[in-house]
Amino acid sequence: MTSDGTLELIRDFRAGRPRALARAITACESGNGARVVAELYALAGNATTVGITGPPGVGKSTLSAALVRKARTLGRRVGVISVDPSSPFSHGALLGDRIRLAEHFTDPDVFIRSMASRGHLGGLAGATADATLLMDAFGFQFIVVETVGAGQSEVEIAELAQTTIVALQPGSGDSVQLLKAGIVEIADIFVVNKGDHPMADQLRREIRSMLQISEHGAWVPELVTTQAVHGQGIDELWDAIERHAAYLVESGELEQRKRERFAYQVRSIAAGRIRALVDGRIDVGSAAGDPYDAASQALASLGIEE
Amino acid sequence: MARRLRIVVAKAGLDGHDRGAKVIARALRDAGMEVIYTGLFQTPEQIVQTAIQEDADGIGLSILSGAHMTLFPLVLEQLRAQGAEDVVFFGGGTIPPDDAAALKKMGVQEVFTPGAPLQEIVDFVERECGKRALLSS
Repeated sequence: MTSDGTLELIRDFRAGRPRALARAITACESGNGARVVAELYALAGNATTVGITGPPGVGKSTLSAALVRKARTLGRRVGVISVDPSSPFSHGALLGDRIRLAEHFTDPDVFIRSMASRGHLGGLAGATADATLLMDAFGFQFIVVETVGAGQSEVEIAELAQTTIVALQPGSGDSVQLLKAGIVEIADIFVVNKGDHPMADQLRREIRSMLQISEHGAWVPELVTTQAVHGQGIDELWDAIERHAAYLVESGELEQRKRERFAYQVRSIAAGRIRALVDGRIDVGSAAGDPYDAASQALASLGIEE
Repeated sequence: MARRLRIVVAKAGLDGHDRGAKVIARALRDAGMEVIYTGLFQTPEQIVQTAIQEDADGIGLSILSGAHMTLFPLVLEQLRAQGAEDVVFFGGGTIPPDDAAALKKMGVQEVFTPGAPLQEIVDFVERECGKRALLSS
């Protein structure tokens, strides 16, 4: 982006033009966001950020839509970021999470952005943290970040969101699944969606018993049952989010999470740059040396290692 | 990091025939673009708001209901009202040649009808939306 273009973008952003927010996010996605973020960073820091993760088809988008509806009845301005996977082959993507949010498309106080993961692992896109920050700076008060349909280890959302909701669906595995490390460890709130399913009770029991035998801090993850498609359980979920938000403030954990989020952003920006540099220095032609050796050579040529 | 083309594929009005839209969405995806699919029964306002929030380079509107002479102009009107004429607007469906010519005169950049080769559509989108992406990056 030209320098003039960036100045104009920042001016439009400050004037509250949605197109400027949209373009600023694109700039970050394209690796040109450093200046925009630097100019707008000071405006951010007021939003509540809630992450929703869980396996594909569990109802993350439907839960998002229901939470957006609830937030709007309370008059909050809402941002939604929803991440879908990019193709590892064509690098294209089909982003379909908006479909569930159609009722909010023309509400000027709701801004929805679909992001393709672009090869980023961990359940988010490389620029999701930037997009969250920009929505915050734009004045959105409640931001929902929906991950890609997560497997067992896409846990990055917990580093970005203040409150992480892990949505699970009945009939998807036995109690041992809940004892495994990974995604079940990051939940501040568990949601059993599709609560009318015959196996919903069993899943609830398994989550409760898992919580009894697992270690957690002062916050004991809450368990809420929803039928998001009918809006059932959403008031209870909202209350749980508010309780968790209050806990974060009272315990001082909010400040700690903000510091962790900052570290996460620095780490991912720096790692992205190093990755790009290393990509240009991989010598696959040299018959000499094993992968460790070649990695050391690449880092040495960048001056990172001796 | 490259700037990827972002395209909204939309279905408007009372028209449940989405196979064509899905085939196009899939072809654009396979050509390396990021496709935002709106789902069925959208209003022109919803489609244009989606394109703005998603910073889309193009909107592809699929209509098989016969209402193309109503819905295409309404989307054009919305694009103008929102100052988003830079978004490439194209479409397709069961659209008679005379209507297609009229729509192009109004400002729809291309109209594809049944039998159009996918590669032709992909080439058009890459070329025209690529110009917009270049200007805005």
